Amino acid sequence: MLKFGVVVVPGSNCDHDTIYVLKHIYKQDAVPLWHKTSDLQGCDAIIVPGGFSYGDYLRAGALARYSPMMNAVAEFAKNGGIVVGICNGFQILCEAGLLPGALLLNTQPHSGINYSCKNIHLIAENDNTALTTGIPKGKALTIPIAHGEGRYFADAETLEKLNKNGQIIFRYCDEKGKITPDSNPNGSLENIAGICNETKNVFGMMPHPERASDEHLGNTDGKYILSALVKTVQARKAERLVVS
Amino acid sequence: MEAIAKEIKVNVETARQLGLSEDEFQKIVTILGRTPNYTELSIYSVMWSEHCSYKNSIYWIKTLPREGKGLLAKAGEENAGLIDIGNGYACAFKIESHNHPSALEPYQGAATGVGGINRDIFTMGARPIAQLNSLRFGNINTDKTKWLMKGVVRGIGHYGNAFGVPTVGGEVFFDECYNVNPLVNAMSVGIVKVGETISATSYGEGNPVIIIGSSTGKDGIHGATFASADITEDSAESLPSVQVGDPFQEKLLLEASLEIIKTGAVVGMQDMGAAGIICSTSEMSAKGQSGMNIWLDKVPLRQQNMQPFEILLSESQERMLVIVKKGREKEVEAILEKWDLHYAVIGEVTNGDRLKYYVHGELVADVPAETLVLGGGAPVYHREFKEPQYYREFQKFDIDTIKEPSNYKEIADYLLTHPNIASKRWVYEQYDSMVGTVNMSSNKPSDAAIVNIKKSDSALALKVDCNSRYVYADPHKGGAIAVSEAARNIVCSGGEPMAITNCLNFGNPYNPEVYWQFVEAIKGIGEACTEFNTPVTGGNVSFYNQSSYEGPVFPTPVIGMLGIIKNKNKVMTLDFKNEGDLIYLIGECYNDISSSEYLYSWHNVKEAPAPHFDLSEEYEVQFAVKEVIEKNLVESAHDCSDGGLFITLAESAMAGKLGFDIDTDTSIRKDAFLFGEGQSRVVVTVKPENEDAFTDMLLNSNAEFSFLGVVDGNEMIIDGEVYGKVEDMKGQYDNAIGKIVEG
Repeated sequence: MLKFGVVVVPGSNCDHDTIYVLKHIYKQDAVPLWHKTSDLQGCDAIIVPGGFSYGDYLRAGALARYSPMMNAVAEFAKNGGIVVGICNGFQILCEAGLLPGALLLNTQPHSGINYSCKNIHLIAENDNTALTTGIPKGKALTIPIAHGEGRYFADAETLEKLNKNGQIIFRYCDEKGKITPDSNPNGSLENIAGICNETKNVFGMMPHPERASDEHLGNTDGKYILSALVKTVQARKAERLVVS
Repeated sequence: MEAIAKEIKVNVETARQLGLSEDEFQKIVTILGRTPNYTELSIYSVMWSEHCSYKNSIYWIKTLPREGKGLLAKAGEENAGLIDIGNGYACAFKIESHNHPSALEPYQGAATGVGGINRDIFTMGARPIAQLNSLRFGNINTDKTKWLMKGVVRGIGHYGNAFGVPTVGGEVFFDECYNVNPLVNAMSVGIVKVGETISATSYGEGNPVIIIGSSTGKDGIHGATFASADITEDSAESLPSVQVGDPFQEKLLLEASLEIIKTGAVVGMQDMGAAGIICSTSEMSAKGQSGMNIWLDKVPLRQQNMQPFEILLSESQERMLVIVKKGREKEVEAILEKWDLHYAVIGEVTNGDRLKYYVHGELVADVPAETLVLGGGAPVYHREFKEPQYYREFQKFDIDTIKEPSNYKEIADYLLTHPNIASKRWVYEQYDSMVGTVNMSSNKPSDAAIVNIKKSDSALALKVDCNSRYVYADPHKGGAIAVSEAARNIVCSGGEPMAITNCLNFGNPYNPEVYWQFVEAIKGIGEACTEFNTPVTGGNVSFYNQSSYEGPVFPTPVIGMLGIIKNKNKVMTLDFKNEGDLIYLIGECYNDISSSEYLYSWHNVKEAPAPHFDLSEEYEVQFAVKEVIEKNLVESAHDCSDGGLFITLAESAMAGKLGFDIDTDTSIRKDAFLFGEGQSRVVVTVKPENEDAFTDMLLNSNAEFSFLGVVDGNEMIIDGEVYGKVEDMKGQYDNAIGKIVEG
């Protein structure tokens, strides 16, 4: 069994959900990691969950990066550990410089109304990262979003690099898997919904796979993503055990 | 701080300015045995305001059924109702209004309404897991309404989203009667282990009184008094009466409060809402039959030069008052520090019944707690009521005066895109409906919102309901319909109705015709609650919902109902499932278009009685629906409500992306059949192989039923006429409100 760490900062509100699905749906161990500490408790992978950290009053994710725990997470990532940021977690990882680019105020669906919570469709760009292994090519996954600041932005140079290195992992699409302007729920550049860093161990995505995991909620497409994560981390752990 | 307030001269005129009557002033003088000082007078003025004392409603509220199965706290006993839901869990739930603040400052008014109702839940030790809201606005085509609506929805959304509790259901209704005075009612539902709740009480001499959370400012002073008067042209000058919300602070308070309760070091806890420190200190002391010494100079302030009465009455948000067992302060303080929350010991519990408020050692107010509170010394009034003339006039409506239309498709399109009927998607997508991973209706809609209770076999079914047009036409029937429709929705979702909370929004109680609406609605609600065995666990009365120039709003007693689905694998949904399934109607169609959206908006005929309704017929229909769901004989169930049978069919079709082909009943008018809003009807679909068992069961029931047609193709077909493609109609239905509001 793997042990996942879920970072808890003041204002996190998807921490309980993430721990619940990891334990009860994916049958792994999961513990909260309090922001004031820097002890990763021997976790195999780290998730930075959604929420409104510090109320997001300054800028989404801007303050949370300064916590002792986020310093420990950065160190963990530097050593190759797998870190996944979901929604506010993605924003925090961008603010912390662990992922390139930034998440800006949504420009859709209406001007002046930024926040939107609904199911959207998502397509995996490749099937060789920790979050996308095994996702059938061309399959449109139905996953909820819930954010007001999720418009992915990066300068042209960064964007080109992301594309070239295969760092774009998810794009918004229509229900048939076509990437169209209409299927972009927040105005993200190139319909980008999720990315990873150059070494492909730090991930960020705006949609919430943990909200599409429990069959009682009528949609389990999130299992494609979180099962891939569990499998990848398991494989890496097994590899490390063999080496040592 | 300067204790200058007591130097303000107090007499009957001062009392009147603070909203107290001459009699009430004399009563205070008698209680104290002297003339109160200004601080004390302010205390009585808020505690005896309508908002805190329920002085004009409590007599009738007490006639509602308040006992029943699984009730763990009686109405008014705690901050919210508490129901045993099995598996060792209890559910705390309550609805409350924030109408007046929202009329002036929609964003903060609505946001703080959400904050307040959630505090009522977690102050009992329950973790909020779902929110609902019930909104009423004026004419949606006016800029004023668009401004109010955008502000209210954004306020609810921002507060609830950041707080991290999903908004799972609600209703939005438009009518010109709400042009000046919108209604914003918010409901919160929480879960707690039975026996782990905490009470809003205070006792134990020497126990410290601790204030937690935000600093106290001048916001919301006399807010409770403000809520107890009509809205006038000068109301905008009352802006300081509107509070400002901070959901981040509330989230910290939630987590810290639940942790503090777990220590066992807490005697009692209450949030600070209306009337702030004075309300929580007096209510807790009265409940625990003890007194308090409160040192107002110890209260953390966010402004300088606050007078004692301002500190006492401030409605600054996100504050809690906690009574801790003496000697165990450290355990509580450690948790507060963990969550970076401000706190201060501001007093101590005393024996006796006196509340003594000090500033730097000087006594500034001295009052007996019991005399301030509802059920204690607060006044109780019997108001005069009189049947208004319009009521009789409305009864005279004759359907034959309405010409039968020639183009039905045109009316179908009109109703489907009418703001009262069209999808509320523009509204609910601004709310986080999925945080908490408990919303079972996001992907599979039912008539009620279904909320998963993790680690148990059961789920909650929740509904807020009120058709205020019916209540206006006939308060007695309309009140009963509101309860019945909520129950019907829960039954259609496979649940069992358990209990209600209500938010009674009415006009000025000193108007005998408004008071008649109130009394009659209470009677109707009471009868229906008795029939369905759903006791009233608490709620809120909001009077004075009227403006000086537009008169009272429709009487709007919003019902928030809690239901239970014992086996969460047996949730019933409303979408059509398979082509070829047979469509049946349980209940009877009448030649009735009274008070329907069709009559009111399409024909512009606003004077008609409530639609057909009979309580025992309703009971039989619900009983039959419950039975066929229980026996797995139906594939979908959806009740007939606003817009009538056509809208019911269209909604099931759009949700299931499947068409239907039905025939109307030629024995009644086609407009009554399709668009009439006669109550007690449910559309179900049945697999052909289950038809015999289904009809056998209904033949043995006391409910009427009839065959309508089949689920078929991708079009809506009635009497052989195609009304449109399901997909196209869904596009119109989904986008109608957004188009109007966004322009």
